[in-house]
Amino acid sequence: MEFLYASEVLLNGLMAGIMYSLVALGFVLIYKASGVFNYAQGVMALFAAMTLVGIMEGRVPFAHLINAMFGMHVTNFGWTVPAILGIALTALIMVGLAIAIEKLVLKHLVGQEPIILFMATIGLAWFLEGLGDVMWGADVKTLDVGLPQGISETIEAATDRWLGYGFFVDRLDVWAAGIAALLVAALVGFAQYTKQGRAMRAVADDHQAALSVGISLQFIWVMVWSIAGFVALVAGIMWGTKSGVQFSLSLIALKALPVLMLGGFTSIPGAIVGGLIIGMGEKLFEYFIGPMVGGATENWFAYVLALIFLVFRPQGLFGERIIERV
Amino acid sequence: MLYREAGDFKTSYRDDGQTFPIRLDRWGYYAILAVAFLVVPLVIDSYWANAVLVPFLIYAIAAIGLNILTGYAGQVSLGTGGFMAVGAYAVYKLMTAFPGVPIVLLIVVAGVITAIVGVLFGLPSLRIKGFYLAVATLAAQFFLVWLFNKVPWFYNYSASGQINAPERTMFGWAITGPATTAPAKYLTCLIFAVVLAWVARNLTRGTVGRKWMAIRDMDIAAEIIGVNPLTAKLSAFAVSSFFIGIAGALLFSVYLGAAEASEAFGINKSFLVLFMIIIGGLGSIFGSFAGAAFLVLLPVLLKNVLVAQLGWPTDLAAHIELMIVGALIIFFLIVEPHGLARLWQLTKEKLRLWPFPH
Repeated sequence: MEFLYASEVLLNGLMAGIMYSLVALGFVLIYKASGVFNYAQGVMALFAAMTLVGIMEGRVPFAHLINAMFGMHVTNFGWTVPAILGIALTALIMVGLAIAIEKLVLKHLVGQEPIILFMATIGLAWFLEGLGDVMWGADVKTLDVGLPQGISETIEAATDRWLGYGFFVDRLDVWAAGIAALLVAALVGFAQYTKQGRAMRAVADDHQAALSVGISLQFIWVMVWSIAGFVALVAGIMWGTKSGVQFSLSLIALKALPVLMLGGFTSIPGAIVGGLIIGMGEKLFEYFIGPMVGGATENWFAYVLALIFLVFRPQGLFGERIIERV
Repeated sequence: MLYREAGDFKTSYRDDGQTFPIRLDRWGYYAILAVAFLVVPLVIDSYWANAVLVPFLIYAIAAIGLNILTGYAGQVSLGTGGFMAVGAYAVYKLMTAFPGVPIVLLIVVAGVITAIVGVLFGLPSLRIKGFYLAVATLAAQFFLVWLFNKVPWFYNYSASGQINAPERTMFGWAITGPATTAPAKYLTCLIFAVVLAWVARNLTRGTVGRKWMAIRDMDIAAEIIGVNPLTAKLSAFAVSSFFIGIAGALLFSVYLGAAEASEAFGINKSFLVLFMIIIGGLGSIFGSFAGAAFLVLLPVLLKNVLVAQLGWPTDLAAHIELMIVGALIIFFLIVEPHGLARLWQLTKEKLRLWPFPH
């Protein structure tokens, strides 16, 4: 019984890990193609989810600002948009955002040290967070795009019959796992087998060399940030459906960081495996050790694990070896 | 004519190497210090102390600390909030355990305790660097805050989980506790800020500071020319944490009076101090003050203009503040990576040549 309960915890940890991997994927993509470590990925997920809710409910963008400036009381357009259309429109907005980021930020920071770019994305995260709140209001929003939710009776019944103990698995988690798998397959396929994907890998290897064979850096960057925006949208939908669209959504980025440190910044499989290890590890640690030390160990376990791991292997599990020359 | 160095003859190397080589600058700083010590305490009211001056001085100390680590030694840290929490909880435990010891001494000891914790979390910096290290310092942030929330010993088993500063006096003046007057708060923080800024300035222009800067500019090259990365990095972590610990101790005991770890020392505090040194200027003591002043004043200003004058809702003003700070970070990183300190320096250069541009 104890063992079965532990394996249920393990299974749920794996599911949570897949969600972390989804966010971590966005990081890896941008890092691979532009060498930018994008702290704003979590806020992008929040922003995408907020925009999706705003569009679907027909909210007026900047309603609070307009009301405050002109003393009006506008809130809604009075229409609702179906989920599919809403997702498509949000994806377009994320592309627009990618173009704006390239034009306003990245273009001016070419050739800067990675740490400067990292700090710039922290600034970007604050800006986007403020922008999202000003645009759509800071209230907690519910997001429902028609994904199934709640306990999966099939799995519970099946495990009950075979093992004598019904596993509690959220159907949303199962769907998230499926969608994450599809997304990874699509991304790997894109990077390996299409012309743009090859160009992207070329840029990742060497900016200068890619430029000299006629690849447009600007285009690649916009493309990569758009894809990252799309991944953020998917992550935002999953997390938003699960726990509501609110500020804490942006904190999943903080969960994805140790995933990356563990898996290596440059590796898509690393993001997946890292996510699974972290998700599993933190749930098991909370289950076995948590009660002894007061609980809520999920806040720091991932970081401390990644930190200890990094001391022994600085490039992560699947990362490229760091070679330094003077 | 204003601001000239003509006639200001240096007759020794000592004169040439002083912190403010231009005489007018030097007198200017003395004048500012005189006003800060003699005039301001007489006229200060509790609004100015609590909203502007005391937080400015405390954040300036924290910003100097982070600037030593990030601006001078090149190790980006996102654990500032956690280290401030160490300072706050250390001074709280010391205050309740040793009621007879002068509070100022306890604040310094709290700084030393933070320095030890900082060195522990700085150990990984010997293996990892850049944003790997930045992310690793987040481990310190989350772990320390969790520790102070979950282990009752740190908050003396109080029912609310909060820590409250008991009243302690110096020379008959209440420094901590609810009876503290605005001038007392202000003067305590001012003395700490001035002394620590003086220490930081002299550390950073001496041997230690040069070693830090060598590590920052290229750590492998620095190692080859004989800088020991172990002592250089760990001393940067120690000194930086000492400053940040004192800032945290002051923030809790003198300024807030009561604190709760995740609320007062959350990750946003780490970012706030990081933003102060980016906006103010990396690798500059003056920049730490400028950045702290800017980010303390900006919310006050926005609140006064948007909420009080225009009547906008408070939450909208707060969100606009987020946007402005975020945009400013990007702006400074792109246009002037050395921040307000560099702008000030440029102004001075221009003034010296004025009215002729060359």
